[in-house]
Amino acid sequence: MLATVTASLLEGFGTTLQLFFLTLVFSLPIGLLVAFGSMSKWAPFRFLRRMGEGSRLAALADFRPISALVSVIVWVIRGTPLVLQLIVIYYGPGLLFDNNIWGSGNQGRVIATIAAFVINYSCYFSVIYRGGIEGVPAGQREAGEVLGMTKRQIFARVTLLQMVKRVIPPMSNEIITLVKDTSLARVIAVTEVIKAGETYLKRGLIWPLFYTAVFYLVFVGLLTILFNFIERRLSYFK
Amino acid sequence: MPILEVSNLEKHFGATQVLKNISFSLEKGQALAIIGSSGSGKTTMLRCLNFLETPSGGTISVNGETLFDAKDPATQREKEVRKKRLHFGMVFQSFNLFPQYTALQNIMLASQLLAKERPDYKSHKREIFHEIEEQARDLLGRMGLSDRADHYPHQLSGGQQQRVAIARALALHPDILCFDEPTSALDPELTGEVLKVIRSLAEQKTTMIIVTHEMMFARDVADQIIFMDGGVIVEQGDARQVIDHPREERTRQFLSKTRES
Repeated sequence: MLATVTASLLEGFGTTLQLFFLTLVFSLPIGLLVAFGSMSKWAPFRFLRRMGEGSRLAALADFRPISALVSVIVWVIRGTPLVLQLIVIYYGPGLLFDNNIWGSGNQGRVIATIAAFVINYSCYFSVIYRGGIEGVPAGQREAGEVLGMTKRQIFARVTLLQMVKRVIPPMSNEIITLVKDTSLARVIAVTEVIKAGETYLKRGLIWPLFYTAVFYLVFVGLLTILFNFIERRLSYFK
Repeated sequence: MPILEVSNLEKHFGATQVLKNISFSLEKGQALAIIGSSGSGKTTMLRCLNFLETPSGGTISVNGETLFDAKDPATQREKEVRKKRLHFGMVFQSFNLFPQYTALQNIMLASQLLAKERPDYKSHKREIFHEIEEQARDLLGRMGLSDRADHYPHQLSGGQQQRVAIARALALHPDILCFDEPTSALDPELTGEVLKVIRSLAEQKTTMIIVTHEMMFARDVADQIIFMDGGVIVEQGDARQVIDHPREERTRQFLSKTRES
């Protein structure tokens, strides 16, 4: 019995891992782009500053459309439950346009889940990246500049590693949360490991559901070892 | 001909003018100290020389070559600015050493990156790198830090970090070495070792500009002193004369205040 349950839970956990890794592959780089967007200093109405101090037009001069738009998106995504976003992404196109772009099969549901997770996690990661980028003191860039280094050299040789070091602890936290958030996919009938465990309830077996915890624990344990290793590798400087 | 000529330098931050009509020159091998209270514009002036701020007006010339002219945008192009910066070295108040590199690596990094632009880089890479390391070790020795080459900045005291920062600036052989309040972030018992190094650089006729709050140090080490207040040069002249017999009332007031503390 244990062997059959383990086998079917492992299959579910395969889907869990698929959701986890694909979400990371996309949201890690997209999060960086979102971070750059939120820090964008583009102010197309800057020329209005000349219109004189204190006027209503002069206030518009400081308006940064990209930064503002990204901030609103991040607010909405961080301010609403991921479950809700998942439902909107999966059912939204069908309800609004009578067009279920995700298709009907299991694969479509997995893709919809990954889409929702990537949007959600990109926003969370962007905030972490932003903290890491802004946390490197301006003096580091300036020291590079006065030593005749190019912008690219300053980024690659001076600031990048300091950013990575700052970003690792909050990032590992968020990534561990993602492992468990994948269980939300069951609300749109994706058979990840929890859903696989739940199917045994109908047959009067409750222990397989609790058994799923072992899978999470082992995987999160491995991730923790990995993150500790990276942190230790970067602990030679402060 | 003076090595550095600054004329009519102006700087605005928005509506506030922080530098007004700054003009002075510096002879090769001389040390210039800039004194004045916080907010007088001394640090901004130094940052303008290092192209960390873009002046709103005026010109900066080194060895007769106009490095910056506010009226000529061609002198402000990013690519050339990078090269022009190398006329100046900069030592920051907060050291700004790169934390992920050892003392030795901090000193070598910029030289190694600049070496890549040399035409003989590929064929003589090993010799070039060897030369850069020799020079960096020699500089560390001059700073009295030979035994700290492989230490990371966080393993060094503030005074040691600042001395590494001085070596890092010297490694690129700047025409003029600038110090922005080099001892202000240090505990009092550590200022001495940094001042000693600057003093020895002055004795070796290094051309320097030192923004400082250490009046007696400025008097003893500098050849010239500029007193700034409210973004203008109030008084400039021979170091001893400015400190011991200031001509301007404002200089007198400032100096008597610093003596009280």
